[in-house]
Amino acid sequence: MAEFDAPEQILAAAQRASRDGYTRMDAYTPFPMEELTEALGIRQSKLSLFVLCCGIFGGLGGFFLQYFGAAINYPLNIGGRPLNSWPQFIPITFEMTILFAAIGAVVGMIFRNGLPRPIHPVFNVDRFELVTQDKFFLLIESADPKFERTRTEKFLKSLKPTHISVVDHS
Amino acid sequence: MQKSTSYITPEPLVATGETYASITEKISSTVLKKKTPKGMMITLGISFLLVLVLIGAIGYLFYKGVGIWGINIPVGWGFAIVNLVWWIGIGHAGTLISAILLLLHQHWRNAISRFAEAMTLFAVACAGLFPLLHLGRPWLAYWLIPYPNTMAMWPNFRSPLVWDVFAISTYLTVSFMFWYVGLVPDLGTMRDQARKKWQKIIYGVFAMGWRGSARHWHRYEMAYLLLAGLATPLVVSVHSVVSFDFAVGLLPGWHATIFPPYFVAGAIYSGFAMVITLMIPARKMYHLEAYITDRHLDYMAKITLATGLIVVYGYTMELFFAFYSGSDYEGFMMWNRMTGPYWWSYAALIFCNGFVPQLLWAKKNRTTPWRLLVIALLVNVGMWLERFVIVVTSLHRDFLPSSWDIYTPTIWDWATYIGTLGLFVWLMYLFIRVAPMISIFEVKHLLPWKGRIVDTSADAT
Repeated sequence: MAEFDAPEQILAAAQRASRDGYTRMDAYTPFPMEELTEALGIRQSKLSLFVLCCGIFGGLGGFFLQYFGAAINYPLNIGGRPLNSWPQFIPITFEMTILFAAIGAVVGMIFRNGLPRPIHPVFNVDRFELVTQDKFFLLIESADPKFERTRTEKFLKSLKPTHISVVDHS
Repeated sequence: MQKSTSYITPEPLVATGETYASITEKISSTVLKKKTPKGMMITLGISFLLVLVLIGAIGYLFYKGVGIWGINIPVGWGFAIVNLVWWIGIGHAGTLISAILLLLHQHWRNAISRFAEAMTLFAVACAGLFPLLHLGRPWLAYWLIPYPNTMAMWPNFRSPLVWDVFAISTYLTVSFMFWYVGLVPDLGTMRDQARKKWQKIIYGVFAMGWRGSARHWHRYEMAYLLLAGLATPLVVSVHSVVSFDFAVGLLPGWHATIFPPYFVAGAIYSGFAMVITLMIPARKMYHLEAYITDRHLDYMAKITLATGLIVVYGYTMELFFAFYSGSDYEGFMMWNRMTGPYWWSYAALIFCNGFVPQLLWAKKNRTTPWRLLVIALLVNVGMWLERFVIVVTSLHRDFLPSSWDIYTPTIWDWATYIGTLGLFVWLMYLFIRVAPMISIFEVKHLLPWKGRIVDTSADAT
């Protein structure tokens, strides 16, 4: 794992590593950097599709709840007005759509990220504490097919980081 | 020309000279290292006393019933509904700042979004108390929720009061999630910056092991954008549903199609005024002028002015259709508002919401903190009066003169209201004490670096 001081350095490093053929790597930054997504080859997340499905489910569910309650299970004859009073069902249907979509977004994002995960090998590196402050880290995983201990270390050194650390994973 | 250059190169959104480390240090140290300022201790103390007052008022209310309030027939809704609408309105500005300004690429929101979201959360929490408290039988509040029950009954889904239940609970849930999701990376920062073990553990638990992985950031940003996109129509819909509490009814002064947009604009107006009211003392107490600059105050004031003008439009239209409609009842309602027993509240309303915001046309008033604070406080009062005028003047004199009466709030009405003010301030200051009140990573995101110049000058013009 290589440590850098500035965002442009880690971006250049990630681009070079990707060009060199490394695929299993990750970057750790104190703030989001959209440019890194491309440099690291991260695929577009399917989260938005999941959220849409949750929203549709919520909307249909909300409407059905009201329809069932007002038209099937406990119909009230109020001046002969239509039981399926769908214009009046709209606000709750809308709110349920938003509610389910939002919960889907949050829960989906958290679980797809593998969180909560308080224990991870990178935390064993003491300097990693600075990632939330102002340092940027580039990690090349040993599971990468191009990974070879000394060669990868030499490659990382060529990117001119401020520190290099080895992350033990057990 | 001296004056025009200030528009070509406006003040930077983050004061020059700030680095990632200095941002982290300054913001996290207000929680972790700096001694609690005396002003904050005093505020926490006073607000906690008011929380005790609130608990007392609620206890007595549950013991004796809603008769301790000043409500009567015809004014069956008094302070409870006025305060509900006022608090929810205040909450909306927070969501607007976090969500809508994010979608509009207004980078200046980054420094104030965390604070505003917290304000929303606590305002909605205060608001949510009132629908429960104002029930004649609050122990049956759960009947509002559609649960399978032995009575084979369902709530009346056609009623705005039930729409309120869904809208406000959705708003509370989404606001909480939006706030918490925004906090997670900063909780990671706090975990790493904290020196004491117990602090590290607590922050670590809530940070869920955040490590700033680029893969995580990608999904995070996507989720955040989606939440913002969902929260935007939510804000509009929630206050529209609240306005339906009145608009779906038949009372003159209530039954108007202008209510949803008028209420939403009014909500944003009062909310921004509350953000300004809270933010000016907070930034002074913690010396955060480097992140919440005069430019931020300027923009917030401009939005307050803009929404204030929409509210004035609402008043003008109400006046217009009260008389143009030809309805005796509408016309009388308006006449009664201006000259009847509550004329003073209407006069104060027009002053606070009509005249006072016009002061914001002057740049001096927008960028001088104490002037802006005074204006914002008057706007808050004005918006409370607006809800009071809408509820009370329409109810107390409706169609039949034999139903007319006067509404006088009792000490318990006031105690409950001021108690919620205390609760709100108490929660806000607790929040400031334990969590970073400025979004650390979002402010860092604003600092320019080689390869990407964050264009903070052009986007907000």
